[in-house]
Amino acid sequence: MNLLFLTFLFPAIGFLLLATLRARLAENIAAIIGVGSVGLSALTTIYVGVDFLNQVEQGGHYVQQLWTWMQVGNFNASFGLHLDGLSLTMLGVITGVGFFIHLFASWYMRGETGYERFFSYMNLFVASMVLLVLGDNLALLYLGWEGVGLCSYLLIGFYYFDRANGEAAIKAFTVTRVGDVFMAIGIFIIFQQLGTLNIREILELAPQKWAENDPLVIAAALMLLGGAVGKSAQLPLQTWLADAMAGPTPVSALIHAATMVTAGVYLIARTHGVFELAPDILLLVGVVGAITLLIAGFSALVQTDIKRVLAYSTMSQIGYMFLALGVSAWDAAIFHLMTHAFFKALLFLSAGAVIIACHHEQNIFKMGGLWKKIPFVYACFLIGGGALVAFPFLTVGFYSKDAILWQVYASGHTNLFWAGLVGALFTSIYTFRLIFIVFHGEEKTHAHHIDGISYWLPLGVLLVLSTFIGAWIHQPLEGVLPAFVTDASEEAKHHVELLAIGTGIIGLVLAAIFFWGERRPAKIIAQSAIGRLLSPVFRDGCGFDWLYDWLFVKPYLLVAKLNRHDVIAKIFGLIQPLVKMGNSAMSATETGRVRWYATSMALGAVLVLGAALYLQISFNQ
Amino acid sequence: MTLSALILIPFVGGLLCWQGERLGAGIPRWIALICMSLVLAIGINFWLAGDYSGVTATAGLNWQAEEQYPWIPILGVSIHFALDGLSLVMILLTGLLGVIAVGCSWKEISTNVGAFHMNLLWSLAGVLGVFLALDMMLFFFFWELMLIPVYFLISLWGRASENKQLRVQAATKFFIYTQVGGLIMLVGILALVLVNYKATQQLSFDYETLLGIHKLITPELQFILMLCFFIGFAVKLPIVPVHSWLPDAHAEAPTAGSVDLAGILLKTAGYGMLRFTLPFFPDASQEFANAAMLLGIFGIFYGAFLAFVQTDIKRLIAYTSISHMGFVLIGIYSGNLLTLQGLAIQMLAHGLCAGGLFVLAGQLHERLGTYDMRKMGGLWANYSYLPALLMFFAAALLGIPGTANFVGEFLILIGAFKVVPVLTIVATASLVLAGVYSLILIHRTLFGKSPTEGKGIDLSARELTLVVSLAVVLLVIGFYPQPLLNVSVEAMTFIQHTYAPVDVSNPLLTGPLPVGGSASPVVTP
Repeated sequence: MNLLFLTFLFPAIGFLLLATLRARLAENIAAIIGVGSVGLSALTTIYVGVDFLNQVEQGGHYVQQLWTWMQVGNFNASFGLHLDGLSLTMLGVITGVGFFIHLFASWYMRGETGYERFFSYMNLFVASMVLLVLGDNLALLYLGWEGVGLCSYLLIGFYYFDRANGEAAIKAFTVTRVGDVFMAIGIFIIFQQLGTLNIREILELAPQKWAENDPLVIAAALMLLGGAVGKSAQLPLQTWLADAMAGPTPVSALIHAATMVTAGVYLIARTHGVFELAPDILLLVGVVGAITLLIAGFSALVQTDIKRVLAYSTMSQIGYMFLALGVSAWDAAIFHLMTHAFFKALLFLSAGAVIIACHHEQNIFKMGGLWKKIPFVYACFLIGGGALVAFPFLTVGFYSKDAILWQVYASGHTNLFWAGLVGALFTSIYTFRLIFIVFHGEEKTHAHHIDGISYWLPLGVLLVLSTFIGAWIHQPLEGVLPAFVTDASEEAKHHVELLAIGTGIIGLVLAAIFFWGERRPAKIIAQSAIGRLLSPVFRDGCGFDWLYDWLFVKPYLLVAKLNRHDVIAKIFGLIQPLVKMGNSAMSATETGRVRWYATSMALGAVLVLGAALYLQISFNQ
Repeated sequence: MTLSALILIPFVGGLLCWQGERLGAGIPRWIALICMSLVLAIGINFWLAGDYSGVTATAGLNWQAEEQYPWIPILGVSIHFALDGLSLVMILLTGLLGVIAVGCSWKEISTNVGAFHMNLLWSLAGVLGVFLALDMMLFFFFWELMLIPVYFLISLWGRASENKQLRVQAATKFFIYTQVGGLIMLVGILALVLVNYKATQQLSFDYETLLGIHKLITPELQFILMLCFFIGFAVKLPIVPVHSWLPDAHAEAPTAGSVDLAGILLKTAGYGMLRFTLPFFPDASQEFANAAMLLGIFGIFYGAFLAFVQTDIKRLIAYTSISHMGFVLIGIYSGNLLTLQGLAIQMLAHGLCAGGLFVLAGQLHERLGTYDMRKMGGLWANYSYLPALLMFFAAALLGIPGTANFVGEFLILIGAFKVVPVLTIVATASLVLAGVYSLILIHRTLFGKSPTEGKGIDLSARELTLVVSLAVVLLVIGFYPQPLLNVSVEAMTFIQHTYAPVDVSNPLLTGPLPVGGSASPVVTP
C-alpha cells in the first residue's frame, strides 16, 4: 500500500517528460510515455487495491503522509493521501477507464500536430484527478480540483487555430471557476468553524460543533454544492459542458463524461457528514439533479451534433447521481458513477470512431446506415446506448439506474421519483433517435474501414464492462458511506422495476415511431408552430446561455469598455495641464517692464502690511 | 560585514560595469551577472546558516545579523543594517530577479551597455538597502536611491518607438509620482523623530528606538503620521487612485526595467508597510484597516477590469500587478499570522510570476517586434517552448494550485476570512476575473491563425534557462512552501504581535481547536 503515491507520480512524470521533450519525440515514443504512464498508474492501483482489501478491515482507511504542504500556526494542510473504499473506487475508474481512453486516443490522434502536447495534458489531467480523489484534506482536494479544471481548459482549446475553440475553453474554465469560488468559500467557513481541513477530522467534528440546521453548516453545505454543480455541469452552472465538446473526442470521453464531471458527486459523497447536518441543502442536491436531468433530456432530443447529444446525456446522467445523493442513496450514486464511466466512455469512444470513419463529420443527419460498414462500432453503440437507457438485465446501466430509482421512490420523495422516470423516458427516446439516425436509414457519407488494436481493444473492454458483467464489480463502500435504510417492501421494488422497464420500452417505441426511416412524424412536429418555437430554445440549452450573456457577460464587457482608458488615471492626468496653466499665468507677469514690477511690489507690500496689521489687531483683542 | 557587502557588491559592481565597457561590450554583462549571483549566493548562505524557526513566546525582534556604523552622530543617524526572516525572503527575491534582469538584457541592450548595467545594479543596490536599513534616514536614502537609476533605465533604454518623447514622459511620470510619495513619507519620518525627541529628549533615527513611539503620542498624531507613511508606500505599491504611473512605466521600460519594477521595486512598498507602518503605528493602523482593505478590494477589481481590455501585453501584465497588490493590502491589514505568512509567499510569487511574464513579453518582442496583442495569434504553431511557458505563467498568474501564487492567495484569503468574512468573499469572487484576464492573454497570443508561416526561432539556451528557472522556483514553492514559511514566521509573528496584542485565547497561536471566535484585530464590517 505504501506505493500509493505512485498512482499520481507516474502520470506526473509522464507529463513532465512530454512537456519538456515536446516536439523532439517521435509519435510512437510520445504514445508509449503518455499511455504507459497511465497504464503503470492503473497497475499500481490494482496492486494497492488488492493490498488494501486484504489488509484493511471493512470501512477502514489508509493514510500516506508525504510532506507538510503548508503549516502556519494551527493551520496545517499536509500533502497526504487518504485511501478508503470510496477513493479506491474512484481511483479504479480514473486509472482504469483512463488507461483505455488513453490507448484509444493514441489511435485517434495519430498524425495530428501537437500529438505529444495532447498526451502531456492528458497525463497532467490524470495526475490532478488522482490527487483530487486521494487528497486527505480539502486544500489538496482543491489542488486536484483546479488542476483538472486547467487541463480541461487546455484540452478543450487543443485545436488552437480556431478561436471559437479558445472561447469555448475560456467559457468552461470561467463557469467552473465560479463554482470553485463557492467551494473556496465553503472551505474557509469549514476551517473557520472547525479549525481543520482534514476531511476525516471534519466528518468527526462537524456533528459535535454544529447542530442540525445550524446556519453555518447550511452555508458551508450550500457553498460546497456550488462547487459541485460547477464541476459536474448541473443547474445553474451547466452551460459550459455542451461547448466543451470542441475538444478532441477522447478528451470528451475522459474528462467531460467519465471522470472530471463526476468530481462534484465525489465531493458531496466525500463530505456527506456536512450535508447530513443540512437536510434542506441535501434535498436541494436532489432537486438540482432532477431539474438538470429533465432540462438536459429536452436539449438532447433536438441536437444535431453526435457529441452534443452525448454531452447532454452526460449532464442528465450526473443529474441522476445528484438525485441519488439528495435522498441519501450514497452507494447507488457512486455505483451509477462507476457504471456511467464505463458506458459513457464506450459511447464517446464509439462516437470518436464514427467521426473518424465519416471523415470528421459530426452532424448526425449527414450520417446514416453505418451499421453495415462498421458493425463493431454499431455493437458498441447498442450496448452503450442500452446501458444509457437502462436496458433490462443485459446492460450495466439497468442495475445502477434501477437502484437509484428504487431508492428515490423508497425515500418517499415522490416528485423526484417521477422526475427521474420522465427523464428515463427522454433518455430512451434521444438515445434510440441517435442510434436510428446514425446507423440506420440511407447511407449519406461513405464511411471508410477502420482498424488497429488500440482502436478495438479499448472499445472491446469497455463493451464488456458495459454489460451485466460490469455490475459484478463490487464497490468496497460498506462503512465508508452511510447505508441506505428503508422500510418499503420488496413488492414495491418490483413495481418500480417494472415501471422503469416499461418506460424504457415506451421510449424505444416512441423513438421508432418518430425517427425510424423517413422520420415523418418528427418532421411534422418540428415544423409545427410549437416545434419551431421551442426546438431552437432546447437546442441552445434552454436559454441559459442567453440569460447569462445578458446578466453577466454583457455587463462585464460594458464596464470593461467604459473604463477602457482608466478614468482615475485621467483625473490625475489633469494635474499636468493645471500646472502648465499656472506656469503660463505666472510667466505672463514677467513682462520686463519696470513700471509693472514697481506697481506689483508696492501692491504686495501694502497687502503684507495690511495682513500684519490685521493680525496684530485681532490678537490684541 | 556581510550585510554591507550585500549592498556594496552591486554598487561597486555598477561602477566597474560603467568603466568596464571600455574593455568590451561583454564585460559589463559578466560583471553584473557575477555581482547579482554573489548577492544571491550570500542570501542563500544566510538562509542555510541561520535559524529562523524559533517562535519565542514574547516574539521580540531577533536579528540574524546586524551591523552598525556611525554616520551623523549629532543627529542620531547611523548606518544600521539588520536582517531577519522577512528581509531575507526579500533579498533572495532580489538576488534571483537581479540575475534574471541581467540575463534578459544580454541581447536586448546594445547601446551604452556599461551605463545600463550601472543603473540596473545601482537600483538593485538601493532595493537591497531598503530591505536591510534599520535607520530611518538610511532607509529614506536608499528609498530615493533606487528611483533615479530606474528613471534613466526607462528614459534612455526604453521602448524603441518613433516617439522618444513617450518614454521620457513615462519616466518623468514615474519619477514625480514616487517623489511626491517619498516626500510625504520624509515629512512623516522627520515628524516621527521630532516627536520622539520631544518625548524622550533623545534624537534618534533608529528603528528600535522609535518602535515604542505609539505609546507616547496622541491617537490623532499617530493617525496623521501613519497616513504619511501609508501614502508614501501606497504610491509605490501602487494602490488604485495613485497607480497610473505603473502601466506607463512598464509599457515604456526595457525588459530588465520591467522585471526590476514589477518583481522587486513594488515589493519594497509591501515590505515597508510590514516593517514600519504596522509596528510604528499599530493603533492607527487598526483604525485605518477597514479603509485600507476597501481600497485593496477596489484595486483588485479595478485592475482586473482594466487588464482585460488592454491590447499591449506589457500593460496587461502591469494592470494584473495592480490587481494583485490589492491582495497585499488585504493581507497586511487583516493582520493575523496566516495572512502575513501568506503575504510573504504572495509577494515572492508575484515577483517571480510577473518577472517571468515580462521576460516572455520581451522575448516575444525580440521575435515579433511588437507588444501589441492584436498583431499576435496562433503562436502555438510558431514556437515550441515559448507558448508552453507563457501558458505556465498565465496559469500561475490566475493562481492555479501547485504554483506559489496559490499558496500566497489561499493563506491570505483563509486567514482574512476569520477577520473580515464579507470582504474576503468579495475578494475570492475576484478569482473569476483573474481567470478571465489570464486566459484572455493566452487567447489573444496563442489562439487563432498565426500571421506568420512556419516555425520561428525558438528560445535559446540562455532565454530558456531564465524563464524555466523562474517557473521551477514557482513550482517548488507551490508544492513545498514550508521552508520559506519557516524563514519568515518569526518576523511575521513579531509584526502580528505588535499589530494585534496577543490574546490568550487567540486560536491561531495557541489552542489546537479554535472556538469559532475570530482572532480579529478589526471589527467586521
